[in-house]
Amino acid sequence: MNLLNTRPNIADADGFFAELVATHEELSAEASAALNARLVLLLANHIGDRQVLSEALQAAAMSARAR
Amino acid sequence: MTRIFETPLYPYTHVPDQDAVAPVRHKVVVIGAGPVGLAAAIDLAQRDIPVLVVDDNDRVSFGSRAICFAKRSLEILDRLGCGQPMVDRGVVWNTGKVFLDDAQVFAFDLLPEDGHRRPAFINLQQYHLEYHMVERLQALAAAGKPVELRGRHRVHAIGQHEDHVRLEIETPDGPYSLEADWVIACDGANSPTRRMLGLDFVGRVFEDNFLIADVVMEADFPTERWFWFDPPFNRGQSALLHRQPDNVWRIDLQLGRDIDKEAEKAPERVIPRLKAMLGEDVAFELEWVSIYTFQCRRMERFRHGRVIFAGDAAHQVSPFGARGANSGLHDADNLCWKLAHVLEGRAPEALLDSYNWERVWGADENILNSTRSTEVITPKSEASRLFRDAVLDLAAHHAFARPMVNSGRLSVPCTYDDGPLNTDDTTALPARTRPGAPAPDAPLGEGWLLGALGQGFTILAIDTDAPERVIEAGLEARTLRASARDNPHLAARYLGEAGSAVYLIRPDQHVAARWERFDAPALRAALRRAAALSTQEALA
Repeated sequence: MNLLNTRPNIADADGFFAELVATHEELSAEASAALNARLVLLLANHIGDRQVLSEALQAAAMSARAR
Repeated sequence: MTRIFETPLYPYTHVPDQDAVAPVRHKVVVIGAGPVGLAAAIDLAQRDIPVLVVDDNDRVSFGSRAICFAKRSLEILDRLGCGQPMVDRGVVWNTGKVFLDDAQVFAFDLLPEDGHRRPAFINLQQYHLEYHMVERLQALAAAGKPVELRGRHRVHAIGQHEDHVRLEIETPDGPYSLEADWVIACDGANSPTRRMLGLDFVGRVFEDNFLIADVVMEADFPTERWFWFDPPFNRGQSALLHRQPDNVWRIDLQLGRDIDKEAEKAPERVIPRLKAMLGEDVAFELEWVSIYTFQCRRMERFRHGRVIFAGDAAHQVSPFGARGANSGLHDADNLCWKLAHVLEGRAPEALLDSYNWERVWGADENILNSTRSTEVITPKSEASRLFRDAVLDLAAHHAFARPMVNSGRLSVPCTYDDGPLNTDDTTALPARTRPGAPAPDAPLGEGWLLGALGQGFTILAIDTDAPERVIEAGLEARTLRASARDNPHLAARYLGEAGSAVYLIRPDQHVAARWERFDAPALRAALRRAAALSTQEALA
């Protein structure tokens, strides 16, 4: 892990979080999952860098809370 | 009218071998007269290596089966002396289109540059391809080349020995035995040879069923590959439409899992499906219907002693990408010059292990591509389907997602990077012609570069001098001189920024080594290495 920026990087973090949740409002679980999939692909393409993407996938896979 | 695949082209005949007191020894026996076995036999015969093909059948394959033959395969067929009749008969195409529902989301051009003799693809029924290959083989035999094709001579037992293979052969006149120095098994995905030798064939099995229907109709669809995800006429599934010669159209409809195969094959089930796709008023006739599932798998090793496996017998892929028959032709192309060199005592058996290395590499590349396409076409999990559908939805609105719509990545020859026969590259010449790569074609004089390469090793000297030939340890390389001045295709593909180049090209037209100028000791060393004469390290 060295290319993926995991430090705070969004100027208006609270605003972004609220917008993310609002975008999913009133969606079924299925439609919400589909929206997330489209969002992941859009963001991944914007990032482009394969190494960063691999690091992000690993970071996401490893940060699941033990339940 | 009797159709070509119903006509015995090499009917059973009783041969003297059947009456011999002791089994007759042959140099090479090829098992199976499909595209791969025929390619191997033609290649060896052209090299004056005696070769016998035994086939359990006496005619070309039933139904169109493999239909897409890629540029590299056509170049191989050109070298085998039967490329032109295929191209004359086939339908040429370069463009693929992908539709979601009823709207186009993506189009691709498989040959976005000119300066090649052959197109990206032709579509040709496998029976036509085999017919022209049988014709070529018979012409070679008639001209005195040492090749023979025996129909309805079925191998039913095989035994490996130190210096030969013994084959028990069943015929309409009863059994007989043969011996062979080498056997090439090209007997297909269900290879009886593989089974008789008790060899593995592991990989992934996919559960979705696909319906193939070849229909004869007058239609004005363009000569392109059309692929649909979730079309109105086959909801939730995929579909493929492809043109073949003689007004035959290949239609491939995904049916899903857990279906009744026999019921789905019945015309009363097939015809309504086709009408839903083509329209109620389109008149068509069914030529061939088949339902298939597919596997992506390979043998662990393609060489087992004196038995060498090629084509579907050695590896199997899904049909998306046309990587089955095409890669089988690459196998034969890779193997035959090597076997000829070994049989002529000009190279050690280690050269045959390089066949294993290079074609396992090729098979893995094909299996990877084919598996990825299959994953998109038949998602195996909810998450996989979720992302596949996300790609399709995005592709309708955003350019970035369109290349991600994987409806099959179509066959291209692989580059044997780090292959055991390559000489390390220290030049800054173009990447596409690096050692291990198939030499790309380019115009040359009145003809084409690939047509000017011989059947042996070639030294391609571009805008620099090289001796007419180099002989090293029984190996021979002949020089082909060319100039890239006023030849921008040759310059771009072989020189890049450099002013000159010398390429050592193998008999299968893959690059073995290259330099900017002729260097005799380096070339001699590269030639030895390309024939496994200096490869001391064990091959994987």
